[in-house]
Amino acid sequence: MYDLIIIGAGPAGITASIYAARKRMNFLVITGNIGGQTLWTTNIENYTGYQFITGAELVQKFIEQLEQSRVQLKQGEKVISIKKEGETLKVTTDKAAYEARAVVIASGKVPRKLGVPGEEEYRNKGVAYCAACDAPLFSGMEVAVAGGGNSALDATLQLMNIASHISLIDASPRFKADPVMIEKIEASGKVTVYHAASIERIHGDTFMQGLTVRQSGKAFELPVKGLFVEIGYVPASDFKSDVALNEYGEILVNCNSETSVPGVFAAGDVTDVSAKQIIVACGEGAKATIAAFSYLERHKQEAL
Amino acid sequence: MSIKVYSTATCPFCTMAKNYFKKNNITFEDIDVGNDAVQAQEMIRKSGQMGVPVIDIDGAIIIGFDQQAIEKALKAAPAEKK
Repeated sequence: MYDLIIIGAGPAGITASIYAARKRMNFLVITGNIGGQTLWTTNIENYTGYQFITGAELVQKFIEQLEQSRVQLKQGEKVISIKKEGETLKVTTDKAAYEARAVVIASGKVPRKLGVPGEEEYRNKGVAYCAACDAPLFSGMEVAVAGGGNSALDATLQLMNIASHISLIDASPRFKADPVMIEKIEASGKVTVYHAASIERIHGDTFMQGLTVRQSGKAFELPVKGLFVEIGYVPASDFKSDVALNEYGEILVNCNSETSVPGVFAAGDVTDVSAKQIIVACGEGAKATIAAFSYLERHKQEAL
Repeated sequence: MSIKVYSTATCPFCTMAKNYFKKNNITFEDIDVGNDAVQAQEMIRKSGQMGVPVIDIDGAIIIGFDQQAIEKALKAAPAEKK
């Protein structure tokens, strides 16, 4: 049984881990990846101490600091449930089950999915969530981008010199993006924009071969080999637990990082904290471990 | 032991995978599939999918930067550290 299990290793989870290591707690970190959303952040100019740093570089710095301590890390595991049985918290993942006396949830946010048939089936077989990673594989092909915000337009601009043609499918009647990006896309002659349109189905054989799109009540086919989904992020709180969430799926925390379940704390972008910023997530991660540590100390004394 | 990392220049997990091999002094071949359509097809054929990175350790195909799977494949392959 661990003192503490930390779920997630983005800025909040890594900082929580650094604090847990300094407090000499017996703890485990369970995470899908190290870095979280920061990995995809190109330029950071508001993290104190660095006038400019890229997300990947900052994550590297975080990892180096984390590696100063011996940290037990389970990478590539997804948490399925957090259950409280007596004073024990049982954390079950897709690979194993663990027990601890306290938990810090710092699972962050993940790309929002379309939730349409074919999305899971063709994931990485045409459907992509990272234009920076996967765009070069669609060289000379016709592709589509879902979304109408800055990240969708940014993905479209990244694909501009790679794909032969891009269909930009926006659920809203107009873009919610910076005018400079909209102008570039309109001037390119390579992008067809569908506003107030929705993707109904993704289909293909071994790989994706096309989309069914609906606009103004009419359905039509787009023979695209790739779809980049850029429709924002959702809190990674889709595990089973008794922790209370708000309407957006964010974990409700008080100013001491406590959730509705005693012994379960939360930090960073997965919570209802007002600012979703790297530096805020770091601070929240520190707070959560400090709160978990005091909680365990209090319980130790009560047990005596 | 032959290790190939199929990657693109801008993908963070590719960088992490390459950093992992560099840090452990393990020689690998870096294949930028963004600049090589033939190798891109080879990667898709080997892995059955289009996401990067794909890591080939003596024929064991690992999709994504999965450190546990990499360590398992390295153990299975004869040690030949540079």
